[in-house]
Amino acid sequence: MSDTAAPIKFFEKRERAYPKRIWGKYRKLKWVAMIVTLSIYYLAPFLRWDRGLHAPDQAILIDMPARRAYFFFIEIWPQEVYYLTGLLVLAAVALFFVTSLAGRVWCGYTCPQTVWTDLFVWVERIVQGDRAKRMRLAKGPWSLEKLWKFAVTHMLWIIIGMLTGGAWVFYFNDAPTLLEQIIHFDVPWSVGGWILALTFSTYLMAGFAREQVCMYMCPYSRFQSAMFDKDTLIIGYDEDRGEPRGKHKKGDSWDGRGDCVDCTLCVQVCPVGIDIRDGLQMECIACGLCVDACNEIMDKVERPRGLIRYDTTHNVEARLTGQPVSSHVLRPRTFWYISIMTIVGAVMLYGLLNRSPSELHVLHDRNPLYVTLSDGTIRNGYDIRILNKTHDDMIFSLSVSGLEGAEIRVQAAGDPEADSLLVYADSVGHYRVFVTAPKPSSGRSDVTFTARTTDGTIVETYSGLFLSAGR
Amino acid sequence: MSNIEKDEHTGVETTGHEWDGIKELNNPAPRWWLGVLIITIIWAIGYSVIYPSWPTLSGDGERGGTVGSIGWTQYDELADSQVEIFERRAQYLSRFESASFEDVQADPGLYAFALAGGASAFKDNCATCHGTGGTGAPGYPNLLDDDWLWGGTIEDIHQTIRFGVRADHDETRFSEMPAFADIYSSEEIADIADYALSFSTGGSYPVRGKELYDEQCALCHADNGTGDRFQGAPNLADAIWFYGGSKAELVAQIRRPKHGMMPNWDSRLDANTLRQLAIFVHSLGGGETE
Repeated sequence: MSDTAAPIKFFEKRERAYPKRIWGKYRKLKWVAMIVTLSIYYLAPFLRWDRGLHAPDQAILIDMPARRAYFFFIEIWPQEVYYLTGLLVLAAVALFFVTSLAGRVWCGYTCPQTVWTDLFVWVERIVQGDRAKRMRLAKGPWSLEKLWKFAVTHMLWIIIGMLTGGAWVFYFNDAPTLLEQIIHFDVPWSVGGWILALTFSTYLMAGFAREQVCMYMCPYSRFQSAMFDKDTLIIGYDEDRGEPRGKHKKGDSWDGRGDCVDCTLCVQVCPVGIDIRDGLQMECIACGLCVDACNEIMDKVERPRGLIRYDTTHNVEARLTGQPVSSHVLRPRTFWYISIMTIVGAVMLYGLLNRSPSELHVLHDRNPLYVTLSDGTIRNGYDIRILNKTHDDMIFSLSVSGLEGAEIRVQAAGDPEADSLLVYADSVGHYRVFVTAPKPSSGRSDVTFTARTTDGTIVETYSGLFLSAGR
Repeated sequence: MSNIEKDEHTGVETTGHEWDGIKELNNPAPRWWLGVLIITIIWAIGYSVIYPSWPTLSGDGERGGTVGSIGWTQYDELADSQVEIFERRAQYLSRFESASFEDVQADPGLYAFALAGGASAFKDNCATCHGTGGTGAPGYPNLLDDDWLWGGTIEDIHQTIRFGVRADHDETRFSEMPAFADIYSSEEIADIADYALSFSTGGSYPVRGKELYDEQCALCHADNGTGDRFQGAPNLADAIWFYGGSKAELVAQIRRPKHGMMPNWDSRLDANTLRQLAIFVHSLGGGETE
């Protein structure tokens, strides 16, 4: 459309946003969301959960050296990491579900990037003042005032960053112990490294990158438009009501003009620096601050609220044509999201409730596959691993079935019998086992190993092989 | 270049290079990128001064190359990192040294320590002949089965490893089967082979074979062919053959016997390693208690 071919711009310089302070329903909601999410983040590692003598008493703990993850009543071994997969699937679909209903509310209220950015902007405002003062300070020449205000801002940012990184490491160590170590600067380099890395990333992401993370780095913000439909709540400017916009003096008539007084407050409060009146944009994180701003102005000029509001495309159209507005919460899209969440949740719940307290793994020797003994019988060697996930020592009886005349022998210190194998609490019992049998007619026989506790409460089986031919 | 040409579409300078009407635009690498390059060059210079970097023709030390201002070497790094390992191993070693074989077998920690050390030493020293799995080969005994030439208790195995078989040591295990090709005809030897095979197969044999066996072979291999571990005479009545169990292989062995040789490892390995090896071989499946 443009008549002159403007040079293609390969790089657009970022216009930094200086969000103006605003107060209203959604701002209140944002503060609440920040307090709740940050409280969870900082306090959760200090919750205790009694698991008895042999396990840590931290409610949420990922114990890397011991290869265990604890979440209240759930304890997970590395091979059960599929629970994490289930959790991630649930989280993803829940995100899809919320987005299809209410747009990018995750982005606007609870995403860590948003929460920390909000926190950093708050710090910035406390030290440097509101939007106009900050802009003047940033554009102005270096002065003593600018220097100390910037220094204090950045120092506070770094302190918040350190607290962020400092809290992160608590999820991987016993929090009270580590807190004491951190206070005394007596931490392993791995812990120190993580604190430093997260300090730096928090400082960088929330202090400098801010909305650019959402615009250029975050994949979710890009593909969420696929979850939008006409019944999704989005933040929209009511063009029909607002236009034609223009300045308005008290006492002027409202006839023949729109309600928008072009005060640009909605632009000034926007944390991503867009003008919502241009329509829904990729950058919009649906935080609702422009709604608060506009409502405040509408109250002042005594026009009805809601010139900028959360609404669905469907209802905007319905209002225009005078049809009744309605909300379609249950739609094919949301139905599927709910179904997937229900199924994944049910599978995980079933898995957790039926989680086996032990496992049996049998690994057949590869070199050699079998040994011929002097009386012509055949012997196979196996590595047996019995997992005891309970917090008590257990005695297992190991047997083999499905093979004529098979005898089982355990090669271990103290020559234990196969029917009394000790496996310590919360650990893996590793035994060398020999099975000897008269040479079977087939070179490859299917056998079943069974490990059961003496009281018979736990029975684990493993389908293995007994080989007597081939190399 | 007095007049710099600009590309009409993008407004970017050209380099003046043109190929078939396509002009090269001058889009220099970003300044920060250039900065990083320069920093890495400075870094490299500093690094090469501080750390050993440059190879030299005649090495300053035995390893050659420049030393670096802080005197750091990977060898020292390795030694430092091993200090802890050696210290930890020393605790086990001192206990292992004073423990009998029975003590070791009863102690899970010591037993695991012995097996780990033995497995490692086995791969380094024994696997060449006996195979990585210990299964041996014709002429090299399988260490996994229950057929032992010189005995299968830990003590027996330890002695065999320590002093070897037909090795250059006074205590070495020694046996020698005569070459019967010098004494008997081919037919007579074939008859002996038939009789020796009959111990395990139960097949028929000529009477002469039994007579010659009883006269010449029974002294070592016993009347019923079960052999004699004291003399290292193989058991002929079981399912396992050292040099092959076909009649031809048996005849060949009777005519001109092959004699394997195993070194006396006490000249190459320390006492602890020898004991670890004995425990390891004993654990492979055929180990005997008494």
